[in-house]
Parts: sequence; C-alpha cells; structure tokens
Amino acid sequence: MSNRAELTRRDILKSGAAVATITLASGVTLMAFGGSDANATGADAGKRWGLLIDANKCAADCSDCVTACKTENGWGSHGEHASPETDVAWIRKVTLKDKQTGRTVSAPIMCQHCETPPCVDVCPTGASMKRADGIVLVDKHACIGCRYCMMACPFKARSFVHEDVTDQSVNAPRGKGTVESCTLCVHRIDKGRIPACVESCEAAGHSAILFGDLKDPDSAISKALLNYPSIALRADLGLNPGVRYQNL
Amino acid sequence: MDRTIYRELKATPSVWMAAILLLAFIGAAGLSVLTIEHHGHIITGMNNQIVWGLPHVFAIFLIVAASGALNVASIASVFGKKAYKPMSRFSALLSIALLLGGLAVLVLDLGRPDRLLIAMTTYNFTSIFAWNMLLYNGFFVIVGVYIAVQMIKGLSPKVVKTAGIAAFVWRLALTTGTGSIFGWLVARPGYDAAIMAPLFIAMSFAFGLAAFLLITLTLFKMSDRNFGDVLLKRMGSLMGVFVGAVLYFTAVQHLTNIYATEHAGVERFFLLEGGVYTTLFWLVQVILGGLIPMALVFLRPSRTSTIWASILVIIGGFAQLYIIIIGGQAYPLDIFPGYEVLEGFNEGVINAYTPSLYELALGLGGVAVALFVAGIGAKILRVLPTNLSDANVPDDS
Amino acid sequence: MRLVLALIITIFGLTGLAQAQNALAPNVPTATGAPHAEGNEYWRKNHMDLMRHDRDLTLREGERDIQASLGQCFDCHAVEEAGEPVTYENEKHFCRACHDYAAVNVDCFMCHRSTPSDNVLNRAMATPDEPNSIAAYLARLAAEADQ
Repeated sequence: MSNRAELTRRDILKSGAAVATITLASGVTLMAFGGSDANATGADAGKRWGLLIDANKCAADCSDCVTACKTENGWGSHGEHASPETDVAWIRKVTLKDKQTGRTVSAPIMCQHCETPPCVDVCPTGASMKRADGIVLVDKHACIGCRYCMMACPFKARSFVHEDVTDQSVNAPRGKGTVESCTLCVHRIDKGRIPACVESCEAAGHSAILFGDLKDPDSAISKALLNYPSIALRADLGLNPGVRYQNL
Repeated sequence: MDRTIYRELKATPSVWMAAILLLAFIGAAGLSVLTIEHHGHIITGMNNQIVWGLPHVFAIFLIVAASGALNVASIASVFGKKAYKPMSRFSALLSIALLLGGLAVLVLDLGRPDRLLIAMTTYNFTSIFAWNMLLYNGFFVIVGVYIAVQMIKGLSPKVVKTAGIAAFVWRLALTTGTGSIFGWLVARPGYDAAIMAPLFIAMSFAFGLAAFLLITLTLFKMSDRNFGDVLLKRMGSLMGVFVGAVLYFTAVQHLTNIYATEHAGVERFFLLEGGVYTTLFWLVQVILGGLIPMALVFLRPSRTSTIWASILVIIGGFAQLYIIIIGGQAYPLDIFPGYEVLEGFNEGVINAYTPSLYELALGLGGVAVALFVAGIGAKILRVLPTNLSDANVPDDS
Repeated sequence: MRLVLALIITIFGLTGLAQAQNALAPNVPTATGAPHAEGNEYWRKNHMDLMRHDRDLTLREGERDIQASLGQCFDCHAVEEAGEPVTYENEKHFCRACHDYAAVNVDCFMCHRSTPSDNVLNRAMATPDEPNSIAAYLARLAAEADQ
C-alpha cells in the first residue's frame, strides 16, 4: 500500500474490511510483544485488555497515576471559568470508609471498560464504541456532545469538555463540546506499551494496578483473578467490566 | 348551528406585536447559543455532574406537551367526539409547532450542534435517543399528512380517521420513547423505572391540553372569535382527569421506590430532604400543579377557573420535569454501596446546579419558536374555526 | 464581424481569468522531505478521503501503521514563523493556505493539535528492551511470580 494512487477509490474504501480480515486470520500467531511494525495490525479480538487494582497496595497520599494520565493525555489544565464541577477527570482517586467497620481504603477509578457498556448502548450516533479488544472509546469525529453517555455511565467515568482546548497531546486529541474518558492508553497499547497509570504506579513502588489480557488464562491478571477474591464495581448491573478491584 | 368555517388569522396590530415579541425572544436565544458556542458550556450552569440542565427541562416539556396537544384532534378523529372536531386542525398544527420548539432547544444545546448532520445520518439502533430521532421525524410527516387530509375537501371521513389513528399510535410511541430516555437509565437511582413511559404519557395529556387551551384562547381573543364556556369547562374537566392520572402515576412511582430499601435514599432526597427539589415537588408539582387545578375544574368550574387551572398545570409541569431531570442527576450515583466517600471527585454528594441566564434564554427561545410557528401556521392556513360558541359546537351524539 | 467580436471577448476573458488566478491563487507553502509517491495532484484532490478513511481505521480498528496521519503531515508541511511552527490560528498555517482560499472550514483542530509534536514515541512499536513495553512488563511480572 505504498502508492495509494494506484488503488482505486473503491479499493481504499474496501481496505478497511481487508485489514479487519487480516487481523482475524492472523490473530492466532500474531502480536509477539515488541514485534516489528509489520506485525502490528491493531485491535485484536482474541484479547481483552483489563486492569486489576489492589486497593491494599494503593497509598492514600499518592496520586501518581492521575498525574501520569494527565501528562500522557494532556487533560487537567483549565481556563478562567473552570470549577471543580466542570473539571475533566479521566481517572480519579477515591478514599472510602466502610460505614460499618470504619476501615478506610483508597483506589483509582477510571472507565471500567465494560463488556456491555451502557454508554455504547445509549449513544445516538455510535460515537461511543468498543474496540475488538474490549477498550471502550469515544470517536470524537462522531460525538455531537449530547451527554447521554454521561447520564448512562454508572461510574461517572466520562467528562464533557466545557472549554476550548489548545496544544493537545499528540497521544489524545480532545476538544470542546465532546465527551471523553480513559482510553486505557490505547495509543500505547497499539504500540506494545503499558498504560501510563500502570507504569507510574509501578515506578512509585506500589504496583497496585495490574495490566493484562483477560482472555489469556495464563496471563498474570487472569491468574490473580482466578486465585484471589476480587470485585467489579456495580456488579449488580452485570456489565462485566474489564477493570476489577481487590481488597476494596 | 352553522357549518364550521376555518379562517386565517388577520394581521391585526396585536398579532404583529405578538410576532415581534416572540422574535425578540428567539433572537435572545440565538445570541445565547452563539455565546455558549464560543465559550463552551463552561458559562452555563451545567457541569460534569449535572450534564443536562434547564434547556433540557424546556425541551422535554415542549416535546411532551407536543404529543399531548395532538390529543384534541385524536379525541375527534379516533374517539369520534364531534365537539372536538372543529379544533382538530389547530391541535395537529400546534403539536408540530411545540415539537419543533422543543427539538430546537435540544439541538442547540448540543456540544457540537454543527454536527447535526451526523446525528441525522448515523444511527445507533440500540440507543433510545436514535429511535426518538426517527419518532420525532416520523411525527412531523404523519401529523403533516393528518393536517392535509383534514383540510382537503371531499375526502372520505375514513381517510381522516385512518390518519388520525396512525398519528395517535405514533404519538403514544413518541411519548413512550421520551419517557424511556430516563426510564432506561439503569445506573441512576433517580431514573431506572419502567413507569416513566406511562407517567410521561399522562404528563403529555395534561400539559398538552393545558397548552392547547391557553394558546387557542389567546389566538381567539386576538382575532375576536368566540370560545364557548360550556366547551371550555368540558375540556377543563378532561384536563382535571389527566392531572389526576399524573398524580396517580407519580404516587405509584414513589411508593414503589420507597418499598425497595435500596431506593430509600433517593426517595428521602426527593420527598423529605432535597431542599429545592422537595419544595418543588410538594408545593409546586403536587399542590400548585396538581391538587389546586383539580379543585378548580371540578369544584368551581368556570371560564376563569379553567384558564387558571391550565396555567397552574403548566407551572407544575415545569416543576415536575425540573425534579425529574435535574433532581435525578443531583442525587449521587451509588458506586460504592456501604462506604462513605472521604475523598473523591464530587463523589457521594448532592450536586449543585444554578441555571444561567443563557440557558433560560435558550429555553424561552424554544417556547417562542413553538408559539411563533403555531402563529404563522394559523396566519397562513385555515386551521382556526371562526366560531366555537356553545351554540355552534356540534353534539357528540 | 460577430466571430471577431467573440474571439476578442474570449481572448480578453481568458487573460483576465488567468490574471485573476495569479493574484488570488493560494500561496502553497513549500514542504520539506520526500515528495508523495502519488504526486501532489493526487494528494490535493484526495487527502480528505484518505485521512477520513484512515482515521476510522486508526480509531475503530486500532490500525496505526498507515500513511495519512494528521500528525505526520506536520513533519513536512508545518510552516514556521520566527522559528516556531504556526498554529491553525495563524493564517499562514499550511492547511489554511488552501482552505481559506476554498472557503472550506475544517474542524480537525478543535481536537487535534495543529503543530508538530516532539512526542514521537508511539509512532514505532515498542521493543522488549524498553521498560514500558508490554513485553518487558510481563517479563517483570513473571520474574516476580517465580520468586
């Protein structure tokens, strides 16, 4: 595909389907980590990326994951009218106290990357979408800014951009009038890197966020989920989120 | 009894004045939309906790009232009440006008209204919002045809009845869709109730009839036409029945929630400790917009009491939608049951909302659009009967 | 006579048109780097289709090894003023050079940055020796599990 002029317009439009086929067909053998460019074929339906957050390892006074996410994706700066209520939050730290026992616990909350995401169900234009590998995203090219997904999300994971944004990070295009949320650092994953929050948590010496492929029974995250108790937030809704919590 | 004659509004000075006033409101709404577009929603009272605000209260009110305004025509065409027949053309026209006003507000409040084309061309069929877009557009077509077949001379009454039934069924679907926007939000304790759909249908009956009566009476007054007292009182008592239905569904909604322990918190919020929402609920929605209008039309039926009842029903309706839309978001999501949130991002607290002037201007602009379109329709089409005095109203038999 | 008149009008019309074009035609900034294999005409005509098609592939399929990426346009086409690349706010921005002329308003830069970025890390696949690669991360986890 080096000279696209030689392809007809029809071929170019069809090549979307072609790429998807290649992905499916080669999904079995493909994506040895850190492979060459030729191996990269995008979202792999054979995988489901997820996080397992161990609240016992998460320090109440640490917010490195939030800072790393802000830096990586370029959110968190605000203009003159901004208030905490209008601020954007792709990831947030919460500290909770058990009403019965008094035990306090901290954990980061971000998009839970549900298997059946309510935000995708309600989006009128299909801008809210789930990739083949389970990552839930907003296609800002199609987002009309109706905020129905924010009404539907049980985790308050989505934010509406209330002001003009300039000098965005090349990692995450974002702008006024559209809705956004945690992308699980999809730009990193597609290039064989771990999400920024996972990296920063490890660097801080906590390693409270475990990243991996939920569909691979031999992955560290799958083994941890098999061997130790964990919960999904709002498990009553049956959304099967890709983000799970331990010791919360 | 004379044959019913329909005539256009005459361009009297009062009609001109009303048109200029409405255009001023529409202009103010346009200016506030441009300002919001320029600065972003940061200048409105809406935020990342209360994502739908006052514009949505106005928009949903107009959309709900739109389907209800069609009822006058349905009562004539579908249920065969001849007394309502002379009003059915304007009833259909008004329903289109109100829907147009409501949709205008909804669209202009989008973060990216410039992408309306995407919303109209890309559908996600699992979204009740997308279904509603089809229902709204279909409503324009079906009710448009309904008006046309009523106005074409020499058409068989069967055709009118068929169109009337189609429009009636469609409007029930439309209001069900509007109610389900909220009813199907499983995550939020203030919503997630199937009863939202019938509740919204009952609301549409009440608000739509109230709006129809007030607007028709105003247009009749402006064009020196006669609206009979007996007919008005009869429609007033029908409105009283609808208001009773709204109170009934509201009561069932809250009683059902109170019975489930997990919803005790949200009910305590709405009914006891919600501050402005509790006040709005008991004082404005239930007493002012429910019990008093019913008392007026049933205990003291008169021309004046019916007009007052209509005004109160509309005020109560706005209060009810304010509670549903904004109160429902003000109550926090229960993400961590059993836990108290010590630190978080507006977590587990009642979210505050203060509407801005821009939002009010946009909402009022939507009302003005609806009234302006209805007025233009009455000005250029023969939809308003010249005489609805009691001697001139056909018998139902 | 009529023929001559028509001829004169045609000639004047054509020269007038040519002059108008020269005066008003967009001043396309010179790009650096290797030219497009398909030629400029092709890209002038089709860049919008190419970019729209590829953006859907990237966003929805995760396919990032493609040619028409907005970020890579800047590598060769960015216009500098006083040593700094200009943003879309500046009418010298290479997108605006033609789009202002054609009176076509693009909204790409409401969300995308309109200048080159130093951050080119994620253009290439991570290699296993990079600590933040998934491969290195999984290796660390495996080593931890073995202990």
